[in-house]
Amino acid sequence: MTKPLLQIDNLHVTFSTRRGPVEAVRGVSLSLAPGETLGIVGESGSGKSVTGFAVTRLLDPAGKISAGRILFRDREITKMSNASLREMHGSAMAMIFQNPRGALNPIRAIGAQIADAILAHRKISAEAARGEALDLLRAVQIRDPEKRMSAYPHELSGGMCQRVMIAMAISSNPSLLIADEPTTGLDVTTQKVVMDLLANIAAERGMATILITHDLGLAARYCRRVVVMEQGKLVEQAEALTLFRAPNHPYTKRLVAASPTATSRVEDLVTGEENLLAAVPAAPLPTPVHGTPPLLDVKNLVKRFDDGTVALKSFSMVMAAGESVGLVGESGSGKSTTSRMICRLLDQSEGTINFNGESIGHLPARDFHRAPQRRDIQIVFQDPNESLNPRFTAFDCIAHPLMRLAGMRNGDALRQRVRECASRVGLPSDLLERFPHQLSGGQKARIGIARAIACRPRLLVLDEPTAALDVSVQAVVLQLLDRLRREDGLAFLFVSHDLNVVRMMCQRTIVLRNGAIVEEGESHALFDNPQTAYTRELVEAVPNIELTPVAAAG
Amino acid sequence: MSSATFQHAAFILRGNPITGIAAVGAALLTVLAIFGLWIVPYDPIASDVAHALMPPSAAHWAGTDQLGRDVFSRIIVAAQLDLAIALSAVGISFVLGAVIGALCGYSGGRLDRAVGRFVDVLMAFPLFVLAMAMVAALGNRVENIVIATAIINLPFYIRFARAEVNVRRNLGWVEAARASGESHVSVVLRFLLPNVLPAMVVQMSLNLGWAIINAAGLSFIGLGVKAPTPEWGIMVAEGARFISTGKWWLVAFPGLALMLAVLCFNLLGDGLRDILDPRQRT
Amino acid sequence: MKLATTAKRAARRFASSLPALFGVLIFTFLLMRVLPGDPAVFFASGPNAGKEEIETIRKQMGLDKPVPQQLALYLYDVGRGNLGRSLMTGQNVTKDLKERLPASLELTFSALLIALVLALPLGILAALRPGSLIDHGVRLFCALGVCIPTFVSGLLLIYVFYYLLGVAPDPTGRVDIFISQPPSRTGFLLIDFLLAGDLDGWWAAFKQLILPACTMALFVIAPLARITRASMLASLGSDFVRTARSVGLSWWRIVVTYALRNAILPVITIAGIVFSTMLGANVLVEKVFSWPGVASYALDALLSSDYAPVQGFVLLMAFVFVIVNLVVDVLYGIADPRISIG
Repeated sequence: MTKPLLQIDNLHVTFSTRRGPVEAVRGVSLSLAPGETLGIVGESGSGKSVTGFAVTRLLDPAGKISAGRILFRDREITKMSNASLREMHGSAMAMIFQNPRGALNPIRAIGAQIADAILAHRKISAEAARGEALDLLRAVQIRDPEKRMSAYPHELSGGMCQRVMIAMAISSNPSLLIADEPTTGLDVTTQKVVMDLLANIAAERGMATILITHDLGLAARYCRRVVVMEQGKLVEQAEALTLFRAPNHPYTKRLVAASPTATSRVEDLVTGEENLLAAVPAAPLPTPVHGTPPLLDVKNLVKRFDDGTVALKSFSMVMAAGESVGLVGESGSGKSTTSRMICRLLDQSEGTINFNGESIGHLPARDFHRAPQRRDIQIVFQDPNESLNPRFTAFDCIAHPLMRLAGMRNGDALRQRVRECASRVGLPSDLLERFPHQLSGGQKARIGIARAIACRPRLLVLDEPTAALDVSVQAVVLQLLDRLRREDGLAFLFVSHDLNVVRMMCQRTIVLRNGAIVEEGESHALFDNPQTAYTRELVEAVPNIELTPVAAAG
Repeated sequence: MSSATFQHAAFILRGNPITGIAAVGAALLTVLAIFGLWIVPYDPIASDVAHALMPPSAAHWAGTDQLGRDVFSRIIVAAQLDLAIALSAVGISFVLGAVIGALCGYSGGRLDRAVGRFVDVLMAFPLFVLAMAMVAALGNRVENIVIATAIINLPFYIRFARAEVNVRRNLGWVEAARASGESHVSVVLRFLLPNVLPAMVVQMSLNLGWAIINAAGLSFIGLGVKAPTPEWGIMVAEGARFISTGKWWLVAFPGLALMLAVLCFNLLGDGLRDILDPRQRT
Repeated sequence: MKLATTAKRAARRFASSLPALFGVLIFTFLLMRVLPGDPAVFFASGPNAGKEEIETIRKQMGLDKPVPQQLALYLYDVGRGNLGRSLMTGQNVTKDLKERLPASLELTFSALLIALVLALPLGILAALRPGSLIDHGVRLFCALGVCIPTFVSGLLLIYVFYYLLGVAPDPTGRVDIFISQPPSRTGFLLIDFLLAGDLDGWWAAFKQLILPACTMALFVIAPLARITRASMLASLGSDFVRTARSVGLSWWRIVVTYALRNAILPVITIAGIVFSTMLGANVLVEKVFSWPGVASYALDALLSSDYAPVQGFVLLMAFVFVIVNLVVDVLYGIADPRISIG
């Protein structure tokens, strides 16, 4: 075996916070051979990013390496002087960050920024540095590189900014590249392009790569070896395929089960006793009675904003009671706008919406709170942190629609009903008196769902309900939603960018792009055998655990 | 307020005792403003020409002025007027600004544009000059100092409330309130405003110091309050005539009072901001 | 090309400030209408003007006409530069203001210069060493600086430097009356003395200027240093500075090219607001130092119920402020590419 490029021994990182020291990394040891690709996988709070920042010594001022050694090419990084660190940054190891646009200087042309990185390590003329910067832009496949040299970050898309970031990182040929959630926040097709580029460049130049990510599929596709972290500790490490096919550690098992893949079923997401669906037999979904009007009938919906932009060009759909329909698309596809209009929180510019045979599209959104259908159409919002009023307790949040829409008054009946809703979403009733900031993300998500189902609606619009949640929490929430749907005969309009989730949760799926419907059909058929190029592109871009890693070939 | 908020406040105060001192200072100032007239050693407007222009001594802690009046007593009594002007001015702009700003920030559209134009016009004037002009136009009276100070403060509150509401109007919990059957107006007044108010109270506290300086400045140049009423700005103005002959106490002590009052409110505002949002701490 | 976009932007910005300027005119017009007393009286030749004369002026000014027509007349007058006549000086207000404006501007600009020269390095140093002695010093200074009203600090400076130390000249006016004035070219004495090659005169004017300028600067150093520190801290902690460190840029390059250039943007904005504060503080400082500028002129007029100069002054200040905002905006556009291209 060759000598490791990087060797971490018993690393501890401590952050000093207002509540005293918090240990974010607790005794991590790992090693990395030259040219190897390693994935560090974990949920939020696992310490995976902190480990990366400790290796590059770019921790926040509040964070300190409290114990352990980091050897890079046999040099002790933890004791390095600032001058040698500066020398090492960029030329020996470089980093790629989350949020690429924020990572670039907003008021400096990207060409100049790449040239800065080159000039930091080599004494060449400014002209020569610019020439090399241009070559690097070509290497990261930026179109029109001559023109882009003088562009500023705000003129580029997120994916482009990440390529510029990659160009800066590789400008002085480091032997180690650490990528911290490099594609979080990017669309799935962009993610694939950026990750393929990164993998190719690393392979070409023989750079070792550490990919820090929460996405098991991503790690499986691009890394030969993967380590799993939980609460600052390394719980398991193995070859990617072995790890995901036959996980050893209970946490890894949970994590692998919770990550939706092309073949996952909601029932299998959660292992052991926490499984909500194990106890509930899969009730047959209600078949629509012939002759009754569909629950939701939307025709030729169009949305133009005041500034002239068209968010939705034309949208029509029909939905039966108890049916679940997925609405997928990348950012800017108009999926959120559509869901807001169907919920009557936003007025459409054109088009009709019929609910249960009655027109609701003609009611302006500002008056819909008085409409009888208000309690029948409810919504669960994306970010649980932002979906609860900071001044309401959990109880108030759930009680609010009951008081407004079901006409209940403060009293025992209301208390009883709120507790019942809370227990249906698995929220312990002693948490009802807490404020949002005292609750975890998963608990807040449950409150958001309890609030939406409190008045027993018939249509529930779910706007990326789990996008902000860790995958193990997502698994529980998805199970919960599925159970509620079966029990109440609820109809779902499930808005998401995550194809695997939609495939699992929805009977039918509609694919949106740039405000228009690209394709629609039965979920499994649509994803297994897409009819349009765009849907195929989407499906292929999703990294799945089952796929053989591309990096393994190189 | 929940007990958690109190705990948080206690935690902040322990780490930042200055806020505690500022709070005590502000409380003390309020007590002086209310009871000043009963606790001062001398009548603030009775002249005693025999003892005019005496430097600070045991009998007269802050010396006497050109009419032999006790400067210390006058400073204490003046607290009432100065604080009353600043508080009522800031209170008016706070209430008006919060409601107008919140409505604009939520609704956007025509109302927002119209109010925006109005604010632009107000902001096109240097504010102190605007206040001067308004007092001149409305009449040289104390009420008009209050009105003028309130109006020049208004743009800040409108903009602040507007911005705070604007960033929140599309948050999940606001849309959830509407999905739970609330009308737009009730969303603004019962949901958004209460969430924006704490931050605005901080602004108010920071603004109070500025309003005190502003009102004192107006009376310094001879607008609003008239002699012989004890008021910090006027006292400095009267003392100014004697500064070239070295009678420093006539300026220094009322000036010190002004400074301490402003300092208290500013530090209190900074501390409140920390308590409300530890992240904003710089 | 950069110049062309900047010019285009300046023009557009000026055009967009026209409605506000128009609002300012309406506002001053309304101010004149609600002013106590009869406007005709103070446009008359003097306090002893006869009833007939006032009646004629009333006709001349169109005060017997409906309000919209009066507004049109007022706008027409302002357009021609006719702001009425001052009772105190008996002169045309426009002429009075023109004579006194350089004194005010010289004071304000000197103060701004002093404030910027002190505040920027202080703020930057404090941000570079957060928690250090200099940081605490700067924060204390900022906390105290905004609390001392200019009229108090000015008087105390006079006490110390004129009465106690005797190094400052008598705090009245721009220059000793015994020193011959330089030929007026710019109206700024410091520049005019230099142009005339009169160094003694320059020194005398400088000594007169330094106390009032410092008084005003003291008041605005605090907000400037505070925002410099805060925005420098924010940009030093930003993602792009971390990126700059991650590729090994030198300390100097990180601090100057990456952090400082970004941190300066909010400072430019605040500098505009600070300038507005200074135009207001002018009134107080000019009174304390008997400075013969537009503000003390307006103040004297105000206290003797001579309203035409007050209106002229308010209008002038609003105009100056609009121009300053324009300059600030253009500077911002040059400093921030995100704006000038959009």
